[in-house]
Amino acid sequence: MALNKDYEDIPGTFVFDADRGRKGYQLNQFCISLRLANNRDAFNTDEAAYLDKYPVTTEQRQAVLERDWNRLLELGGNIYYTSKLAANDGINFQQLAGLMTGMGNEAYRAMMVAGGRSPDGNRYQHEWDKEGEN
Amino acid sequence: MARITAGVGCSHVPAIGVAMDQGITDQPYWVPVFDGFEKSREWMKAQKADVIFLVYNDHCTVFDASCIPTFALGCAAEFSPADEGWGPRPVPVVKNHQVFASHIAQSLILDEFDITVMNEMEVDHGLTVPLSVMFGDKGVDDEWPCLVIPLCVNVVQYPPPTGNRCYNLGKAIRRAVESFDEDLNVVIFGTGGMSHQLQYKRAGLINAEWDKQFLDRLTSDPVALSQTQHVEYLREAGSEGVEMVMWHVMRGALDDEVEEVHRHYHVPASNTAVGHIILENVND
Repeated sequence: MALNKDYEDIPGTFVFDADRGRKGYQLNQFCISLRLANNRDAFNTDEAAYLDKYPVTTEQRQAVLERDWNRLLELGGNIYYTSKLAANDGINFQQLAGLMTGMGNEAYRAMMVAGGRSPDGNRYQHEWDKEGEN
Repeated sequence: MARITAGVGCSHVPAIGVAMDQGITDQPYWVPVFDGFEKSREWMKAQKADVIFLVYNDHCTVFDASCIPTFALGCAAEFSPADEGWGPRPVPVVKNHQVFASHIAQSLILDEFDITVMNEMEVDHGLTVPLSVMFGDKGVDDEWPCLVIPLCVNVVQYPPPTGNRCYNLGKAIRRAVESFDEDLNVVIFGTGGMSHQLQYKRAGLINAEWDKQFLDRLTSDPVALSQTQHVEYLREAGSEGVEMVMWHVMRGALDDEVEEVHRHYHVPASNTAVGHIILENVND
């Protein structure tokens, strides 16, 4: 019997399970390499050449080069790994969230200072689908 | 013999460490975060702990995707702060009680908790931020006031260990501690949380009501609380809120009856609800 993924109906969320881990393995290994200063230097000197060392997919490679933060997650990246790429670019976790949510840094920061995103209306995918219809 | 006298629950938000390292804790944004730790620092000093047993998680810093131990116990002589992409935090190297750590490792494995033994390990903000908030500013040339045994828990790749498993591990840690002959005052930390989601379109989720019931029940109803399912953390407290399973390790290591001596809760620090609690065993 297959494992029950009871978390798949949470909207706007990727739970980083083994299936995502397999898909994103090389991408995540590339990202974590950037935590070390000498690797950051090599990457920043020639991004394409540095990426050649990691057998990432064409789509993953493109998402890295374009800094398409949501696409990186869709392709198996995990936020703690992709945040290493963001850190290389001088982007912290809060700024990254501003980009991923499409809100921008100021509006996102203001939402957090006002108490954050409410769980109401944000627990189940059908709550988001319904909102889209309105 | 060694004994566990108290437990500390504490968020380990990296931005809190950055605020301390950059000396900006007096900015209006940060003042309410740090005010809540003033009493904690006094308490920590008075506690005169010999050893902190610190339960935390690595954030894809020291452990890459090639090896993901569920429970990894730090048995090295010392642990250096890791470079997480911005350079290492300017805080002291963490010193272990190596004989005690080895004793706990052996005791846990024979007690059927098959932990991973780490004889070399750096530590990230998950471990150093709780030490910073509880001990205050310490530079690279200072020393932490006590020894630290790190227990690193996987909460990044699903599934983390269950709350029940964590709670029972806490009980096994207590048995391990109490079978060590040296007279040591041990304080156990459970870190991480509280509600937060760092990723994708739902980033920024905060659930203060849920967090507060978690803090309440940690004292009054810990066994039932430890039965909380992963999907509830993920849905109610955000995808990264599942870190809170680590607090059950701390709670399991304490008496059934504890006294809450301090609590602090504030939103936000960066993307995260900051939660903090100090629990003491009643019969000590």
